Amino acid sequence: MILLLLILIPLLTGLLTFLSKNAAKNIALVSSFITLALAAYVSANIGGANVQAWSCQWIPAIGAQLSVAADGMAAMLCLLTGIIFPVVLLINRNKEIENQASYYALILLSQAGLMGVFLAADALLFYFFWELALIPVYFLCSRWGGERRIAVTFKFFVYTFVGSLMMLAGLIYLSMQNTGANSMSIASIITVGKSLPGVQQQIIFWLLFIAFAIKMPIFPFHTWQPDAYEQAPTQVTIILSALMVKMGLYAVLRWLIPVLPYATAYWANTVMTLAIIGIVYASLIAMVQSNIKRLIAYSSIAHMGLMCAAAFAGNDLSHHGLLVQMFNHGINITGMWVIVNMVESRYGTLDLKKMGGLATTAPAIAIALVVIAFANIALPLTNGFVGEFMLFSGIFQGASQYHVIFMVIAGLGVILGAIYTLNMVQSVAYGENNSGAAIVSKMSGAEYAAIAIIIALIIVLGIFPQPLLDLVLL
Amino acid sequence: MIQLVYLVPMFPLIGFLINGLGWKSMPKQAAGFLASLMILASFAVSLGIFFEVKGGVADTTVPLFNFIHAGKLMIPFAFKVDALSSLFLLIITGVGFLIHVYSTSYMHNDEGVVKYFAYLNLFVFSMLLLVLGANYLIMFIGWEGVGLCSYLLIGFWFKNRDYTNAAKKAFVMNRIGDLGFLVGMMLVLYNYGTLSYQEFFGQLQSNQVAVPNNTYTWIAICFFIGAMGKSAQIPLYTWLPDAMAGPTPVSALIHAATMVTAGIYMIARSSALYNLAPLALNFITIIGLLTAIIAASIAIKQNDIKKVLAYSTVSQLGFMFLAIGCGAYTTAVFHVMTHAFFKALLFLGSGSVIHAMGGEQDISKMGGLGKKMRITQLTFFIGCVAIAGIPPFAGFFSKDEILAAAFAHNPVLYYAALAAALMTAFYMFRLYFLTFTGSFRGTHEQEHHLHESPVAMTFPLIVLAILATVSGFVGMPEVFGEHHLLNEFLSGAVHNTGEHHLEHNTELMLMGLSVGLVIVMIVLAYVRTKKPNFAPNKGLSKVLEHKWYVDEIYDAIIVRPVVAGSKFLDNVIERKGIDGGVNGIGKLLRWGSDRMRLLQNGQVGTYLFTMVIGIVLIFIIGLFFINF
Repeated sequence: MILLLLILIPLLTGLLTFLSKNAAKNIALVSSFITLALAAYVSANIGGANVQAWSCQWIPAIGAQLSVAADGMAAMLCLLTGIIFPVVLLINRNKEIENQASYYALILLSQAGLMGVFLAADALLFYFFWELALIPVYFLCSRWGGERRIAVTFKFFVYTFVGSLMMLAGLIYLSMQNTGANSMSIASIITVGKSLPGVQQQIIFWLLFIAFAIKMPIFPFHTWQPDAYEQAPTQVTIILSALMVKMGLYAVLRWLIPVLPYATAYWANTVMTLAIIGIVYASLIAMVQSNIKRLIAYSSIAHMGLMCAAAFAGNDLSHHGLLVQMFNHGINITGMWVIVNMVESRYGTLDLKKMGGLATTAPAIAIALVVIAFANIALPLTNGFVGEFMLFSGIFQGASQYHVIFMVIAGLGVILGAIYTLNMVQSVAYGENNSGAAIVSKMSGAEYAAIAIIIALIIVLGIFPQPLLDLVLL
Repeated sequence: MIQLVYLVPMFPLIGFLINGLGWKSMPKQAAGFLASLMILASFAVSLGIFFEVKGGVADTTVPLFNFIHAGKLMIPFAFKVDALSSLFLLIITGVGFLIHVYSTSYMHNDEGVVKYFAYLNLFVFSMLLLVLGANYLIMFIGWEGVGLCSYLLIGFWFKNRDYTNAAKKAFVMNRIGDLGFLVGMMLVLYNYGTLSYQEFFGQLQSNQVAVPNNTYTWIAICFFIGAMGKSAQIPLYTWLPDAMAGPTPVSALIHAATMVTAGIYMIARSSALYNLAPLALNFITIIGLLTAIIAASIAIKQNDIKKVLAYSTVSQLGFMFLAIGCGAYTTAVFHVMTHAFFKALLFLGSGSVIHAMGGEQDISKMGGLGKKMRITQLTFFIGCVAIAGIPPFAGFFSKDEILAAAFAHNPVLYYAALAAALMTAFYMFRLYFLTFTGSFRGTHEQEHHLHESPVAMTFPLIVLAILATVSGFVGMPEVFGEHHLLNEFLSGAVHNTGEHHLEHNTELMLMGLSVGLVIVMIVLAYVRTKKPNFAPNKGLSKVLEHKWYVDEIYDAIIVRPVVAGSKFLDNVIERKGIDGGVNGIGKLLRWGSDRMRLLQNGQVGTYLFTMVIGIVLIFIIGLFFINF
C-alpha cells in the first residue's frame, strides 16, 4: 500500500495544485518533500515486510491488473525521483511563471507517472504510466518552453509517441500469447517472452528496443533530445534528462532483457556498437557546441550510451554498475542544470562565448560548477566514479567477443568528456565577464539548498558508495 | 605507529577542508600557517613510520573501510606501508613542507592565498593517497586527484586564458594516460580478479593463474601509458612545460615532490609485473632515452628560467625511465629522491629570482643577480652542480648509477644517455651564468628593486641545498666499498632484475669520463655566456627554440582535424544526415497524406466508383488465392 502512496501523493497533490492559485509552488514543494520521505522509507525497508507488492483486478477481460511492486532497482529509481523533484521545485522560486498553478500541477503529474513507471508490475499499467509521465512534459514544453518550442515539442511528441505505440504493440502481442488470467502481469510476460521462438523474439525485441532507445536516447534515435533539452524550461529539462531517460534504461532492464533473453543475446553486439558509437559521436559534437544547454545535452547522450552498452554487456558487474550509475548520473546532470539555470538567469544568455569570469563575480557558484563538472567526468571520490569504473569493468568482462574493443572505444569518452567539460568550465568560470551583465553573486536560499543537496550526495556517495551498491542489489 | 598511517593523508585533508570551507573568512596568514603545520604533522608521522619500517617491521596493510563490494568485486580502502611507500612519504611530506613554508612568503600578497593553500594541501593529500594505496584503485584515486589539483593550481590565476588553457592541457593529457591506467586495471581485474598488490603479485610469482602469453606485456604497457601521462614522457610530455603557468612553488611541487614522480612510483611498485614483461621494459627504455635527449636539447635554447627547468625535469624523468627499462628500479627511485631535492631547490630558487625581478622570467633580461642575492645564488649553484652530476653532490651518485645500469645493459644506451647528461650540464650552467653572473641586462627600475628574498623563502632553499649535497651518500657505488643503503632498504619492496656488476675498472673509467666531460661542458657554458648573444636563432637552434615544433605538430595533426571532424559531424551528419532523415520521414508521410487526402473529395460518384473497384478486386483476389 505504501508503494501506491508514492504514486498517489504526487497525483492527488497535483490535482490540488491545479485548483490552487498562489500557493501552487509551495504545495508542490511540500508534496515533493513528503514523497521524498516516503521514497526514503521505502528504500530503507525494501527488504522488509512493510514494503509489499500490492495488486487488485483492473480489466480482467484483457488480463490487466492494478499491480505495483518494488525491488532494489525500482526503489532506487523512486528514491532518485524523490530527490530530484524537490531540487527541481527549489530552483526558480523567484521567477515569475505564467499560470503557475497549471505549471506546478503538470510537474507533479509527471512525477506520479514516473513513480508509476518504476513500480508497475503490469504491462498495461506500465504503458499507462509511461504516457502519464510524458504528456505533462509535452504540455510543459509547448507552453513554457523557449522560442522554438512548438516545432521542437511537436517533433519530440511524434518521435516518442511512435516509440510508445511500438512498445504497446509488442506488449499486447506478448500478453496475447497467454490465454490464462492476468496475462498482462510481468510474470506472465516474462514466461511467455522466454518461450517465444527466435524470429518472433527478434521482431518484438526491435519493437520494444526502438521505443526504449528513443527514450534514452541511443544513437541514431537521439535527434529529438538536444532540441528538447534546449527549448524546454530548465526545470523540465531536469525531469527529462535525470529521470525520463532512466525510464528507457529501466524498461530495458525490466521489460526487455529478462523477457527476450535469446533476442537480447543475439542483438547485443549490434546494440552495444550503436551505443558506443554514440558515446564518441556525441562527445565529439559536444566539443564544438557553443550553447551550454546543447553541450550538456550531448554529454548526456554520451553518458547514456555508456550505460546502455553496459546494460547489454551481459554480466552482473556491468548491471550492478549500471544501477549505481543511473542514480549518480541523475544527481550529477541535475546539478549541471541547476548551475546552468543560475548562469542563464545571471548572464541572460546560453552562449558560452558571452559568459566568463564567474569565479571572480560569483565564486560560490563557480566552486559548485567545478565540483559538479568533475563529478560529471567521474573523478574518483565523486559519485560518478564508482559506477563508471564498474561499467567499464563490466563491459571489459562482458560476454561479447569484442569486449576489449568496446571498452577501449567507450573509454575514449573519458578523454573527450574531460575536454568538453573543461572547455565549458573555462568559458563560464574563468577569464573575464564577456556578457556586460552585472552578475548577481549571491545565491538565493532555495538555490543554495538545491546545490547543497546535490554536492552533499556527490561527495558522500563518492567516498561511501556501499549503501547505494547494497540497495540496488536487493 | 604504522597503524596510524591514515593520519599522514588525514592532516592535509583537514587543512584542505578548513581552508577550503573557510575560503571567505580565513585570515591570509593563518591559512599558510595552518597548511604548513598540517604537512609538518604528516612529516612527523611519516618519519616515525619510516624508522619503524627501517627497524625491520614487515610490510603492513592497514584497512580502513570497504570502498566497493559488489558480488565478486571487492576493493577495500586500505593503505600499504613498506619500504617504498614509507620512503615516498618522507619525500612528499618533507619537500612538500618546505614548499609550503616558502609559499607563505611567496604568495602572501595574492588575493586567493587561502584557496591556494587549500589546493596545495589537497595536492599533497592526493599524492599521499597515491603512494599509500594498497591496491591499484586507491592509487588511481590519488592519481586522478593529483591531476585535478594540478589543473586547479596551474590555472590558479584563472583570469589569464593562456594559463587556464595550460591547466586544461595538463588535465587532458593526463587523462589520456589515465585511460591506459584504466585499461591496465581492467586487464588485471579480468585475469586475476583482484586489484590488490599483495594478491596480484602473489599470483604473478606463484604463477597459479594461466593467462594468455602477452598478458603481462599488455598490462605493463597499459600502466606505462598511464605513467607517460603523469610523468611527462614522449608523446605526452608537452603539458609539463606549460604547467609553469601556475605559481612557482606549485611548479616545485609538481616537478619535484609530487605528480611527476607518480609514474616512477607506479612502475617501481609493480616491479614484479615488469620483470615478467621484458618487451615492455625495452619499450620503456626507448621512450625514456628519447625523452631524456629531446627534452635536454630543447632546454638548451630556452630563455625562460622556468621553461629551462621544466624541460630539465622532463629530461631527468626520461633518465629515471631509462633506469627502469634496464631493470634498475631502485636506481630510478634513488634518482627520484635526489631529483626531488635539487629540482625543488632550483624551482624555489627561480621563484626567488622571479620575485626579485618583479615577475620577469626571461634570463636574457637578467645577469649579475648574484651580487644582490647571495643565498639564492649559492643554493642555486649547488642545485646546478647536483643536477649536472659533479661529485660528491647528490645528482652525481644517482645519475652515475643510471649510466652504469645503461652501460651494463647496452653501451649504446650509455653513450646516448651520456649525451643527454652533458646537455644537462650545459643548459643548467648556461642558465646559472646568464642569471647570476655578468652584468645586469634588465631595466633600471628592476635593478633598483633587486633584493634577497625573506627568510621564509631562503630557509627552504638552504635546507634543500644541504639535502642536495648529502643525500647522494645513501647510494654509494659499490666501487667505493661502501654499502648501498638505499638498495638494501628497498630490497624487500622492489625487485631489480639483472644485477649490473660492472668491472670496477670499467665503472671507475666511466665515472671519470662523465665527470670530465661534464666539467668541459660547464666551461663551455661559461665561455658561451661570457658575451651573451640573444640574436634570433637560425637553423637547428631555431628548431630547438621552438621545441622541435611539437606543439604545432600536435595541433596540426590531432587538434585541428578532430575539431574540424567534430564540426563536420555536428553540421552535416547530425543536422543534415540523421536529423534530416528523421524530418524526411515526417515529410514523406505528410506528402503521402496530401495525396491520400485527394481521394476524399466529397463526390458520391467517386466513392461509388472506388467501392465498386474494391469489391471487384476482393472478388478477384478471393477467386484466385483463396478456395471458397
